[in-house]
Amino acid sequence: MTKRNPEASRFTRRTAMQVGAGIVGGAMIPPGLSLPAFAAPAPLGTWPEGSAGSTVSIGAAVPRTGSYAAQGEDELKGMELAVQHINEGHALIKKISPKTTKGVLGKQVKLLVADSGAKPNNAVQAVQRFIAENKIVLMTGSTSSAVAVALNKFAEREKVLYAVAISGSNDTTGKDCARYSFRQCFYGETAANAIGPVLLKAFGKGKKAAFMTPDYTYGHTVTKSVNDYLTANGGWTMVTNQVSPLGAPDFSQYLTNIANSGADVLVNVNWGHDAVLSIQQAKQFGILPKMKLVVPYQVPFLAKEVGADIMQDVYAATDFWWTLEDKYPLAKMFVEAFDKKYGYKPEWGANNAYMQFAIWARMVESAGTFYPPDVIKAYEKGEKFDSTVGEVHFRGADHQLVRPVVIVKGKGPKAMKNKEDFWEVVEVVPGEPLMQKPDAFGCSLGDYT
Amino acid sequence: MINWVNFASQAVNGLVLGALLALISSGLTIIYGTLGVLNLAHGALFMIGGYAGYVVYGFTESYVAAVVGGALFVMLVGIVMERVIIRYFYARPHEDQILVTFGLGIVFVEVIRFFFGSLSKVVPGPSWATGITPLGFMVYPTYRLALVAIVAVALVVLFFVLYRTRLGMIVRAGIEDSTMVGALGINVYRVFMVVFGIGSMAAGFAGIVNAPVVSLTPDMGEAILVQTFVVVVIGGVGSFPGAILGGLIAGEIISITSMFDPGYSYVMLFVTMTVVLVLRPYGLLGTAGRE
Repeated sequence: MTKRNPEASRFTRRTAMQVGAGIVGGAMIPPGLSLPAFAAPAPLGTWPEGSAGSTVSIGAAVPRTGSYAAQGEDELKGMELAVQHINEGHALIKKISPKTTKGVLGKQVKLLVADSGAKPNNAVQAVQRFIAENKIVLMTGSTSSAVAVALNKFAEREKVLYAVAISGSNDTTGKDCARYSFRQCFYGETAANAIGPVLLKAFGKGKKAAFMTPDYTYGHTVTKSVNDYLTANGGWTMVTNQVSPLGAPDFSQYLTNIANSGADVLVNVNWGHDAVLSIQQAKQFGILPKMKLVVPYQVPFLAKEVGADIMQDVYAATDFWWTLEDKYPLAKMFVEAFDKKYGYKPEWGANNAYMQFAIWARMVESAGTFYPPDVIKAYEKGEKFDSTVGEVHFRGADHQLVRPVVIVKGKGPKAMKNKEDFWEVVEVVPGEPLMQKPDAFGCSLGDYT
Repeated sequence: MINWVNFASQAVNGLVLGALLALISSGLTIIYGTLGVLNLAHGALFMIGGYAGYVVYGFTESYVAAVVGGALFVMLVGIVMERVIIRYFYARPHEDQILVTFGLGIVFVEVIRFFFGSLSKVVPGPSWATGITPLGFMVYPTYRLALVAIVAVALVVLFFVLYRTRLGMIVRAGIEDSTMVGALGINVYRVFMVVFGIGSMAAGFAGIVNAPVVSLTPDMGEAILVQTFVVVVIGGVGSFPGAILGGLIAGEIISITSMFDPGYSYVMLFVTMTVVLVLRPYGLLGTAGRE
């Protein structure tokens, strides 16, 4: 009998205590002071329940299976390190979020993880469970923009903040942008505008390009941005665009078309294991090194997996590469801490995840509350702060971080100083001029409440 | 990209893709035809073949040893799987068989992930089949051409085992009517174990001979499994020649469609399956009543 309805009895008990406290408190506190309590906003999403205790939870849906699994694991390590640093008040977190002591607003942070398999449905279900069962105050995850876009909409509906993990689609802060969502990393348009001039300088004008495009929002928008730039500024032509599904088991039919296309340059937008496989097979087909390979949206572990020889002289745009530690003090702290804990140099997915959590900690501390609209407004203020790639700030109008894009070039086995020295940083391109106008891709942020 | 040169290139590529699909599918169809078990762990066995070969290659640096080791290991996995779990499911409904093999598939994938991680592994091809071969209208990876011959030999061997040996006769009789075979005093269950082993070995063999053209990841069997099912449905469930025909058709559809629109190359595969199911519900070479 007593076990029959624990929810109801707990609710009753709590309500009784609240009513009791209200009566006693109301009698003791002068009327003027009790006013703010009555003016407190109505519950919203998981607020205030999610931050009522001594810990707050973050729910992450990362791919641990499927074509993006290796990248998902790297991303997850960045999240774990950030949570550890936030909870112990590490010096690096304090550089990004100066008000942080230990935890966020004094509450310890707990990370909950589920496998998304890079599938939007799985990701949304996992996060939904975290919201219902754990009252998470922040959701994260995605290495696929299809997931990011789905979680954007879900965050908006559930009124729970979403820190976008890896997502390269223009749509994430474009037509599918959301008031409750924030992106730290670079994306198609900034990648294209950063790598475009480098490609024109390296390969010249009037080249023929073959594109390989994964068939979802990320692939289509990145291919469009890169092609638009090269066509408009260099008179390049797209001779073929090989669209393939995420997780294609073989790329031979696409590569056969490319082999017969007469292209000079192969722009490979595929990601995760799809990028690895398509590049390895392009080598088998003799397409590489005959055509020049370009990777406009760098893939964590790509050079390690396909081999430094194939990646020699290949240009790529990326978010972060560990040798930036020579340029930015925060990058040095991050790379050292990460390498110490996990035994390898962090890839950009890990850096992105770490930065996203650190920035969130900063914004919550700055707002002084977990109440989502106040935290969002802290982001939207657009204050400048230090990061692993120098000073950055958020753009209030589309929730995109204004941050540089890093252009790298494959070193080749001979020039590598150690086994993880795959890329040479060619240029760190300032972010602001690379970005489209906030409304150019149709972003219209939703409501706060 | 629609021209004769590209058409010829895609036709060759379709043959290579199809040969491999035929081999994997033949294993699936033999098991289903004889045992009535839809083995959803077949894709995982394909993947294990690749990894087992990778390990053997690491020790021996021999392609042949990797192929033999990979195939035999997966046969062993198949036999153990049959003895320990599958045989208790012969009499149970298809739903149970599907669930248990699906579950085993997940276990296999995660065990491999635990030991090898998610980063892909590469098995180099044999030294006599590296580089590219000029075909006149295009250049094509030599190993992929060799793969057609390797798969053809394997399928011929399977054909002889199935159609020219006593064991094969029993297996084929078992496909038609296992109760009757049992009534004739033949230990059908021992035959079943062997069949499961051979079917698994076909997947494992395909996994390791395919390894040099792809890079191994724990999830590689998933996409292949789906295509394999399509092949079996097109060719006719339980039909060995059907698996070969279905494989070749599937390979050509994937390849040639991509010439017109790459975005549809896998879509057309399912369209074809649907058309076949409507016109010939038992598949091209299947016979009614096998189910």
